[in-house]
Amino acid sequence: MSINLQALSAQLLVGLINGSFYALLSLGLAVIFGMLNIINFAHGALYMMGAFVAYFLLNLAGIGYWPALFLAPIIVGIFGMILERTMLQWIANLDHLYGLLLTFGLALIIQGVFQNYFGSSGLPYAIPDALKGGVNLGFMFLPIYRGWVVIFSLVICIATWFLIERTRLGAYLRAATENPTLVRAFGINVPLMITLTYGLGVGLAALAGVLSAPINQVRPLMGADLIIVVFAVVVIGGMGSIMGSIITGFTLGIIEGLTKYFYPEASNTVVFVLMVLVLLVKPSGLTGRTT
Amino acid sequence: MSKVITRLLLGTAIAAATVTAAAAQDKNVKIGVLTDLSGIYADLAGPGSTLAAQMAVEDSGLKAKGWTIDVISGDHQHKPDIGANLARQWFDREKMDMITDVPNSGVALAVNNVVKEKNGVYINSGGGTSDLTNAQCTPNTIHWTYDTYNLAYGTGTALTKAGGDSWFFLTADYAFGAALERDTTNALKAAGGKVTGSVKHPLNSSDFSSFLLQAQSSGAKVIGLANAGGDTSTSIKQAAEFGISKSQKMAALLLFLTDVKSIGLDLAQGLSFTETFYWDMNDGTREFSKRFSARSKGAAPPTMVQAGVYSGTLHYLKALEALGGNPHDGAKVVAKMKDMPTDDALFGKGSIQPNGRKIHPAYLFEVKKPSESKTPWDYYKLVATIPADQAFTPLDKSTCSLLKK
Repeated sequence: MSINLQALSAQLLVGLINGSFYALLSLGLAVIFGMLNIINFAHGALYMMGAFVAYFLLNLAGIGYWPALFLAPIIVGIFGMILERTMLQWIANLDHLYGLLLTFGLALIIQGVFQNYFGSSGLPYAIPDALKGGVNLGFMFLPIYRGWVVIFSLVICIATWFLIERTRLGAYLRAATENPTLVRAFGINVPLMITLTYGLGVGLAALAGVLSAPINQVRPLMGADLIIVVFAVVVIGGMGSIMGSIITGFTLGIIEGLTKYFYPEASNTVVFVLMVLVLLVKPSGLTGRTT
Repeated sequence: MSKVITRLLLGTAIAAATVTAAAAQDKNVKIGVLTDLSGIYADLAGPGSTLAAQMAVEDSGLKAKGWTIDVISGDHQHKPDIGANLARQWFDREKMDMITDVPNSGVALAVNNVVKEKNGVYINSGGGTSDLTNAQCTPNTIHWTYDTYNLAYGTGTALTKAGGDSWFFLTADYAFGAALERDTTNALKAAGGKVTGSVKHPLNSSDFSSFLLQAQSSGAKVIGLANAGGDTSTSIKQAAEFGISKSQKMAALLLFLTDVKSIGLDLAQGLSFTETFYWDMNDGTREFSKRFSARSKGAAPPTMVQAGVYSGTLHYLKALEALGGNPHDGAKVVAKMKDMPTDDALFGKGSIQPNGRKIHPAYLFEVKKPSESKTPWDYYKLVATIPADQAFTPLDKSTCSLLKK
């Protein structure tokens, strides 16, 4: 089989773009799992809500893409914190399965409500004027917006990693997960920190939702389609590992791109094949700690 | 003793007579709308199809004549096994008489077999595969609204003749996509075009960029989208984003009104495609659409599929009325339906061929420019009308076994 370098590099770049979404979403999941020990199945629904909030802001209040990039994660993050306060905190000490079932149920309810009101075929959300058009890279025509998505999500990923692994606040958070009683003894409000962390994770999902609104249509099921892949990414990267999920997110996007070039029919399954292989060889994931 | 026997015989005879009379005058009908209530085709079919069936029941006027007609709906979730099982349950437990709609060709073919086995009536409106009236035809099935041959012939021929003589296909990886690609390939070859390649994508994809890039590097003049619903609208949006629609022509082989809305006129303008129904065709369609959108979700006018459910159900009820009662014998009812000419406000006059293909004119439309669209849902411009006898597979080319004499 002869390799068309032009098409191959184009697919790699497209893979990188998809990888940005995987990374942003799996990062949020990793933050939530790492700090709260909750497998957040509602992540896809919250991602979808982010896109819808951006859509509402534009169509009901005339607020455009740039403010939405900040407002939507905050609004959805607050919604997430309400969820945490009213429901998730009561099951924090139970088996993972309870959290999984609760969030899965929440996801179905949220999706159902949106589907009931907005149907399933998607609402259009235009690319902001400043990012319209594209650059001809020689081997492909790169829409500026997609380039922006890659760069912006990289920045956000690194900032989040820095916040949790390298700052005092992050140190408190990590300590609070490790030994909540002790951290509380130092006068730190642990439940508040946990709520804020959930809000942060949810905000990341909503941010990914806003980023994807102009590319994919704003659809109630947009998250449901993506969440399964993202979970596979988290499992491969290692549950709860921040850096692991970022790197795995981007890498898997690229691997998927390669598969689309060499054998398109397998592009939907390659992530899961990798997941099985990783689980067989290293059950805690590529960068996960064994507990 | 003989008195007793006489009485018994008399009693039996009376009972038997009552049963026969009841069968002839049975005025109970159950209609099942098997559709996609939650997935990517829920807007183009879904709850709107159920509404269309209910409206057909109301408009038939049979309720006033003492008929009891129930319409229920079910979700096949795009899984042939779920669709076939639901259909089976409906026949076994609910005593269903007729199943309609069934978008998704994979499910449509699975249900086709069940309906034949249970001797029900099957009026497919949402499914596309032309196999329903060819290799897979049955005496119980009528394929009402459109099919892949019809789409392929309309759009494929028109675009090829307009100079788009090399095609690359983006094909949804299931029965419908395969049938549409096959039929379009035949149509465009007949018109002097050629196919440079194709790529299959999974049903309900959110990202088409890599498939579109392959289409772009193929250098074909036309990129044929052998997919439907959300897949079509996403591919068109993303093609615009990658600047593909500037250099190559996009051909949406199946495009619904609801897809145009979700793409937006900015990107959809100029797309040409084939449909057999549009709400703004004439007074009859407008009158129906007005009544429909007063009750539909988001006040949407009917799509072609929903219009087909209405028209098919109405004709089915007319046939039952002509039979004087519901014989609960699917093949018999379908035979009657084929005998009667069809006529309604939505598709005009038409007929049903012996292979189960309902024929009516098809229309080549073009999506309007944003400046030309005056009212909400004012999207289509009529380019050409394909007469009923040319719009569908010619009978002599149909491979349906019912045609062998």
